[in-house]
Amino acid sequence: MTTDAEPAAPSRRDLLGLIGVMAGSSAMYAAMTELGVAQPTAFQGPAKLSAPPPGASVLILGAGVAGMVAAMELRDAGYQVQVLEYQDRPGGRNWTLYGGDTYTELGGATQHIAFDKGIYLNPGPWRIPYDHQGILHYARRLGVAMEPFTQINFNAYVHSTKAYGGKPRRYREVQADFQGHVAELLGKSAREGALDQTVTREDREILMTALKGWGALDDNYEYKAGLAASGRRGWARDPGGGLTGAPTPSEPAALADVLGSGLWRSVGAGDNYLVQHAIFQPKGGMGMIGKAMGRELGPLIQYNAKVVDIRQDGAGVTVTYVDARAGGPPRTATAQWCVCTIPLPVLGQIPMTVGAPLKAAIDHMAYHPSLKVGLQFKRRFWEEDEQIYGGITYTDMPNTQIAYPMYDYFSTGKGLLLGAYVSTPESYLEAAKSPQERIRDALYWGSKIHPQYMAEYECGAAVAWHRVPWILGCASQWTEATRAQHYANLCAIDGRIVLAGEHASYLGGWQEGAVTSATDAITRIHQRVTAS
Amino acid sequence: MARLPPPARALITALCLAAAWPSGAQPPSPTAEPRPMVEDGHYLMRGGAAVYGRLCAACHMADAKGASGAGAYPALAGDPHLASAAYAVDVVVHGRKGMPALGPLLDDDQVAAVVTYVRGHFGNDYGGMVTPEAVEAER
Repeated sequence: MTTDAEPAAPSRRDLLGLIGVMAGSSAMYAAMTELGVAQPTAFQGPAKLSAPPPGASVLILGAGVAGMVAAMELRDAGYQVQVLEYQDRPGGRNWTLYGGDTYTELGGATQHIAFDKGIYLNPGPWRIPYDHQGILHYARRLGVAMEPFTQINFNAYVHSTKAYGGKPRRYREVQADFQGHVAELLGKSAREGALDQTVTREDREILMTALKGWGALDDNYEYKAGLAASGRRGWARDPGGGLTGAPTPSEPAALADVLGSGLWRSVGAGDNYLVQHAIFQPKGGMGMIGKAMGRELGPLIQYNAKVVDIRQDGAGVTVTYVDARAGGPPRTATAQWCVCTIPLPVLGQIPMTVGAPLKAAIDHMAYHPSLKVGLQFKRRFWEEDEQIYGGITYTDMPNTQIAYPMYDYFSTGKGLLLGAYVSTPESYLEAAKSPQERIRDALYWGSKIHPQYMAEYECGAAVAWHRVPWILGCASQWTEATRAQHYANLCAIDGRIVLAGEHASYLGGWQEGAVTSATDAITRIHQRVTAS
Repeated sequence: MARLPPPARALITALCLAAAWPSGAQPPSPTAEPRPMVEDGHYLMRGGAAVYGRLCAACHMADAKGASGAGAYPALAGDPHLASAAYAVDVVVHGRKGMPALGPLLDDDQVAAVVTYVRGHFGNDYGGMVTPEAVEAER
């Protein structure tokens, strides 16, 4: 059969396909952005560096994510690159603790990590949101496998010591009850005309339909025990098969109880742009990325190098360092330019020839505190007894959350919980305690939610970031006022030195901040090099 | 992160299984409730020794000798800077470089108590009480 009808107008997809074929992928991407399909992220691809003049050299201080991104791109462009790193491993805060590792904190407490094979703790970053395309780019480039990270598990708990006798509630129930009651209240107001000033008659009908769906209201726009509410919050008796399969609806909590519990604070924990699904984690631990970067750079990284002095003049930069473990005489490294990623609390203590604005920017910053405690248990009771597969329980106790392992589901063996992720102000108090005391505290708090803790606990590890010898805190913290005063100065090239790292970004504490900061810094250095 | 050779690793694993708790430490007990030390974003501990031991020791260490890695926490033991009580109060309240401002977390009594305590312990002998009024004046 033939027709002589006009060919249909090309669909958006057809058009994009055509553009892709004819003009290549970059034109395709530009066209997609124009059409609102592709959303540009802060990371616009790796730094685009042309070949530098022969002999151009850059010294990089710190083999964390920022330093190693800078090193890879500069090396690939043709620069002579050397990296000095205080630790005996690459990665910086991109770090995973495994059984067999030892970790000695400031003050001398040494932890011999006794986790079983396959079990690990990420003391630092532990998740990568989908829009952090920079760190994902490098993970992909280096063959680091990713798996899903679960921020919100509807069957995990929200918990308050002040509500429901301290008994945890399922996230699902609290969210459903909060939304249901709010929807019912708003619907009542709308029907009584209380919203007529702001909602037209037509929109009111739409609003009622939306509220019914959003709040799981029944046909009378009420949130109460029944099929609609239980379809959201779960059942007293779950639906099943056969003659015994009839479900029994559950009873929603009363509005006053929902509000008074304070548990609504935890509902929406996954709404923040930074933790919206999809989120990822490297298989086997976050440290896989740092290790892969370290392998990629190989001998370009000088480990155990403690920087003690940073000098520059019109010709270049000279950095003095000593062996951090063995001591011995100071050595120097020189280059035409320097990318410095040393954390600010450490950098502020190193003599450095830079201008007053940069020095003031470095010195103004105290890093925020954080504590993470990993607890290994003999069995995965959260899965076996409570059907919690990954995700996070939120609590008002100082441990703030319990995160369940997001790998090896249904395995019959052991498992590790992130038993505490403590921030200001309790974090300083925990840092003042011994690792054993921190673990004991985490066990106490967690046992209020999971009574199986004490019977099943085996061993743990606790990292208080103010005791970490190579950073003296967890991550940068800016306020609007300090950013206005110091941020531009911190990022500006000072002579032949530029700073990079999460502290030189608007993504404080996130690896994406390190990647985008490094990309920006080396792009600017390269402009100076090629302009001269 | 130094990885131990396999035999050491096996030994540690065995120790972990045999005695989950390091020798000398108290075994974890569900009754060992950590004393709540924070309320509404403020520390509750009272007295210079308690404020020092529970808070300042996080970085300056229990013996006030500080610690050193890639960077260092300064010792407060035998610290000549402490001759000036006003300086010490200022650093505690407003912070300095890597040291956070603790003014928002501690009240005047607590700051006065801990500065008095540190100026009179750990080999420091500067004497004299720092008053809450002096702290208030520094805020």
